[in-house]
Amino acid sequence: MPHKLRFYLDGEVVTLSDIDPTMTLLDWLRYRAQRTGTKEGCAEGDCGACTVLVGELSGERLDWRALNACILFMPMLDGKALMTVESLKGQHPVQSAMVDLHGSQCGFCTPGIVMSLVGRTMGACGTVNVDSADVLAGNLCRCTGYGPILEAAEQNPAAAFDDAHVFDTLKKIRRDDMLILSHEDMLSGLTRRWFTPRSVDDLAALRLEMPDARIVAGATDVGLWVTKQHRVLDTIIYVGGLMTDIDETPQGLTIGAGVRYAEAQTALARLHPDLGELVRRIGAVQVRNAGTIGGNIANGSPIGDTPPALIALGTELTLRHGETRRTIPLEDYFLTYGKQDLQPGEFVESVFVPALDATDFVRVVKLSKRFDSDISAVCAAFHLRIAGGIVTFARLAFGGMAGTPKRAHATENALTGKPFTPEVLAVAAEALRQDFTPLTDVRGSSEYRLEVSGNLLKRLWFEYHGERGMTQAVAHG
Amino acid sequence: MADAKVHASITHDSAPLHVSGTALYTDDVAEPAGMLHLAFGRSTHAHAKIISIDLDAVRSAPDVVAVFTAADIPGDNNVAPVAKDDKLMTSDDVIFMGQPIFLVAAKSAKAARVAAKLGRIEYDILTPILTIAEARGANSLIEATQVMKRGAVDFDAAPNRVTGSLEIGGQDHFYLEGQITIATPMEQGGMHLLCSTQHPSEVQHLVAHLLHVNSADVTVEVRRMGGGFGGKETQASLFAAAAALVAAKTGKPAKYRADRDEDMEITGKRHDFTADYDVAFDDNGRITSLRLELASRCGCSTDLSPAINDRALFHADNCYFLENVELISHRFKTHTVSNTAFRGFGGPQGMLAIERVMDAIAVHLGRDPLSVRQANFYGAGRDVTPYQMPVTDFVADRIVADVVAASDYNNRRQAIEKFNNTHPYLKRGIAVTPVKFGISFTTSHLNQAGALVHCYVDGSVSLNHGGTEMGQGLNIKVAQIVADVFGLGLDKIRITATRTDKVPNTSATAASSGTDLNGWAAYNAAMTIRERLAGFMAGRNGGEAENVTFEGGVVRAGDEVLGFAEVCRLAHFNRISMSSTGYYATPKIHYDRKTHTGRPFLYFAYGASVSEVEIDTFTGEYRVLRADLLHDVGRSINPSIDLGQVEGAFVQGMGWLTFEELVYNDKGRLLTHAPSTYKIPCASDRPKILNVELWRAGENREPTIHRSKAVGEPPFMLANSVFSALSFAVAAATGSRTLTLDAPATPERILRALKDGRA
Repeated sequence: MPHKLRFYLDGEVVTLSDIDPTMTLLDWLRYRAQRTGTKEGCAEGDCGACTVLVGELSGERLDWRALNACILFMPMLDGKALMTVESLKGQHPVQSAMVDLHGSQCGFCTPGIVMSLVGRTMGACGTVNVDSADVLAGNLCRCTGYGPILEAAEQNPAAAFDDAHVFDTLKKIRRDDMLILSHEDMLSGLTRRWFTPRSVDDLAALRLEMPDARIVAGATDVGLWVTKQHRVLDTIIYVGGLMTDIDETPQGLTIGAGVRYAEAQTALARLHPDLGELVRRIGAVQVRNAGTIGGNIANGSPIGDTPPALIALGTELTLRHGETRRTIPLEDYFLTYGKQDLQPGEFVESVFVPALDATDFVRVVKLSKRFDSDISAVCAAFHLRIAGGIVTFARLAFGGMAGTPKRAHATENALTGKPFTPEVLAVAAEALRQDFTPLTDVRGSSEYRLEVSGNLLKRLWFEYHGERGMTQAVAHG
Repeated sequence: MADAKVHASITHDSAPLHVSGTALYTDDVAEPAGMLHLAFGRSTHAHAKIISIDLDAVRSAPDVVAVFTAADIPGDNNVAPVAKDDKLMTSDDVIFMGQPIFLVAAKSAKAARVAAKLGRIEYDILTPILTIAEARGANSLIEATQVMKRGAVDFDAAPNRVTGSLEIGGQDHFYLEGQITIATPMEQGGMHLLCSTQHPSEVQHLVAHLLHVNSADVTVEVRRMGGGFGGKETQASLFAAAAALVAAKTGKPAKYRADRDEDMEITGKRHDFTADYDVAFDDNGRITSLRLELASRCGCSTDLSPAINDRALFHADNCYFLENVELISHRFKTHTVSNTAFRGFGGPQGMLAIERVMDAIAVHLGRDPLSVRQANFYGAGRDVTPYQMPVTDFVADRIVADVVAASDYNNRRQAIEKFNNTHPYLKRGIAVTPVKFGISFTTSHLNQAGALVHCYVDGSVSLNHGGTEMGQGLNIKVAQIVADVFGLGLDKIRITATRTDKVPNTSATAASSGTDLNGWAAYNAAMTIRERLAGFMAGRNGGEAENVTFEGGVVRAGDEVLGFAEVCRLAHFNRISMSSTGYYATPKIHYDRKTHTGRPFLYFAYGASVSEVEIDTFTGEYRVLRADLLHDVGRSINPSIDLGQVEGAFVQGMGWLTFEELVYNDKGRLLTHAPSTYKIPCASDRPKILNVELWRAGENREPTIHRSKAVGEPPFMLANSVFSALSFAVAAATGSRTLTLDAPATPERILRALKDGRA
């Protein structure tokens, strides 16, 4: 007997049966629930016109998160609470601030912007140094130039919000057993199945049983397979809420695969500020509130957001197969484009990032056309130890330069044991051409990628001596 | 006319609806039962001949109700605005990648989109012409090359001469609401279209011809758009025609809602240009002769490209008197999507070209670029444009002086020089650029508008006009004008959706003309009613109609003081009509396109900006550190709305010149067709310091409505100073006397410009 979906919305528990598990929340809101305030601008999580708030129990806490409804599958809402622009009934002070300050022109992006700003007052947009532009980085507006919206954001008008009723209701509808949904898909003729295991052990068992099932965590990538590519998914295992531990010890940082970017950001920033800034520049709030470190690694993107930095820091990856685990260097996980070292029945469980020594010199640089919410043309991570003017250790990794995130061994060799000088860095920059033959695509030409990567090496000399480059200038004002 | 309702900052009429999610856009209207959803089957080649079309798999796909091709069109297979060269669907020649070939109607949007991929089309694949360079080589043109000239160029008569070239990229509109139309069949062959378009009348006429019915049988309605920017001037017709065809054929309501990728792949964009210049000038930088050769990529059909490229010519002088000048404009035809109107309509490209010429002169002479610009400004005895229109309202010199002072340009320029001499790899640049933008459609007959105003017996007013609301605040401005006529509060004015059965034969809401045209038309309609009411009230009191006043909701006639509602009630009892149309046609304008002379514009709008940037010479990354904008909107009808237009236009212009980049592959496929790959400015790209002011001294010398000036497009070009500043930052790094930066100035292009400059 398949389950029904249950979630909280505006004082009531919504119960849905026989819903396509790959129906997006946006489609449900607009075309089933007639809640059309939430808009579709892109259906790929890049414009924020569909921003909603989702509340989730975390132990004895209720955490709200701003999310893109366009790439959120309906079953991901099970046991959670939903707020849309309609929930505010036009009475939130953010709404009047937006009106008074002329924060809307065409108005199409406005509900999403309102939800981001309301979300911030509820802690739904992250808590680490969230400045207004960062809160809004995932909400595109084509009319205003953002000035009046940022002004409204600066007022940060909070309303008294008592979510005790939400909390109590979520406790009541909390599900202890695995959520199982099944739906006959007319278009593909398939029976689509959805599983939400409640423990990692259940996940491990389920994964053995269904090695071909698609694992979904934040759906920031898989969501697009459905909305953009119309790919047919038959069996889906949702791992939301699992493997969410972060463990900080003097030896290093262990991050569960299910930890979202937003939650990993603080701990990674403590490890090194560049890591925090790198995570801040992954997507925007709505994406960082959904996407996970494990998902980022498991999907094997050649750009890879976090992997180049994690590889440069010597990160180890723990993979689990039933009851057995194996640990490999993260760099060994990426075999070739689209292929990873992942056995049938196996899944990514956690990463371990070793702590840095005070003498370690680390720089992580993301280059993209737009600073916020863009994908890297090149992501470069440099991990050096310099003693007595000599490079004693060099570990360099790049994204966007090959079919996978990859170390630059020839370049490392050109540095190791050599004096740390502009001349040596220039030689190392040339060595990059042995390590990489990048592609030309929309984000940059092959030649640009090689040249700019070399320039980043050359710039290290200035950075080591205290000059701050553009990326740092941006990060720290 | 001292009433505060005009010249007052009043919030957008729809703002409370926007923020609460209750403003209805086309896709928000509840779907009737049986609604069909549509998707095009589209070509997978840029240039080909279709050999065969097999749609069996499409027809038998789940939830598909019907499939149509060009053969199913009862009337003209045409969705082009002027030249009849854009088909709804092609059955023979494929002229751009993604061109519609068939149309699927299904029970859901997803079913339609999935089925649309199942067509089996056989092609005879031909070599496409994709770029300006390829089109130049093949002499592939949409119309003859146009030349605008005055005087006699002589490059040997001056002590200095510079030549150079500039590439200028295109731009996608990226309105947040994509293209959409809902078509609903009405009785007796009627058709109602709810459409996101800036040009309801054109959609109406094209759909009527396509369905082979009368224009009067088709009604197009627009309540609001989620952004337009020119992208819904001609481009909405394709989707409207598709929806209308399906509704007519099936008798069911049909919705075409393009998804973002399809929208970006098959709608036109801002034209990319190349500009080659050859300029002679004296030692002060004053131009003595200029030859400027512009070339644009028009795409696969005519669309509005002739007028767009004309406007590039009209703005290639910007604020500068060009005594001896040859402006040449090639309009190239390529196998890419047909480029179209976009805020500025060719003006920005022409203007950027002459600004580059100014900068090139300054760098060549080692002079402050501001002084070079000032040396070339229009002025006494130097006041006729290359198209022979006298410039009688020139104020750019005063605006530039004001913004230079307000921004502390001179001190900052020195500070930047010092910074550049000390920092090892960050370099800064600062620039001032002016704007002079001609207001009026250059196709003179388009400069007309209509309105329809009713007063009801309870004293409320229904307002309708031919303009469309896309966020620019047209409706609130026109409502302010009408409220002011009747002396009423805005709460008595009902703004209604634009409908072709209320006001016919309208022009597009475009060319920044919305308020100028529709504001006057609505004013005239309201005044007609007011004069009738005044005459009636004067008659009751034996006074003069012109002494009857309407203010504060009260009508005063002699000793009689009545509420406006009471006057309406009495007027109705006495059989006075309280409904009127209003009409306006722009005076004074004329233009002869054969000789490229005349007065195409009623007046000019002016502005100026100062931008400062910083680049990282290792990576090509940059930031706009500060921008100061000063813009002339005449006497603003609504300063807050106008400020919003100025700031929004600047940031949009910045996007065009910085990182908004359209990338096609060698097969003609657009690779940047969604916000994941096509990056418009986001909140953090707004300069941290951005000072935006309306020019207080501004007043229109021409009798425009309340002496205001058009504001939609002109401030877009305030962003030119960002590009100039980036060019100077690059030059500061290279020390070169040649400017090498092309637009858009992505980090990659900055890095390339640094390399070229050092070479």
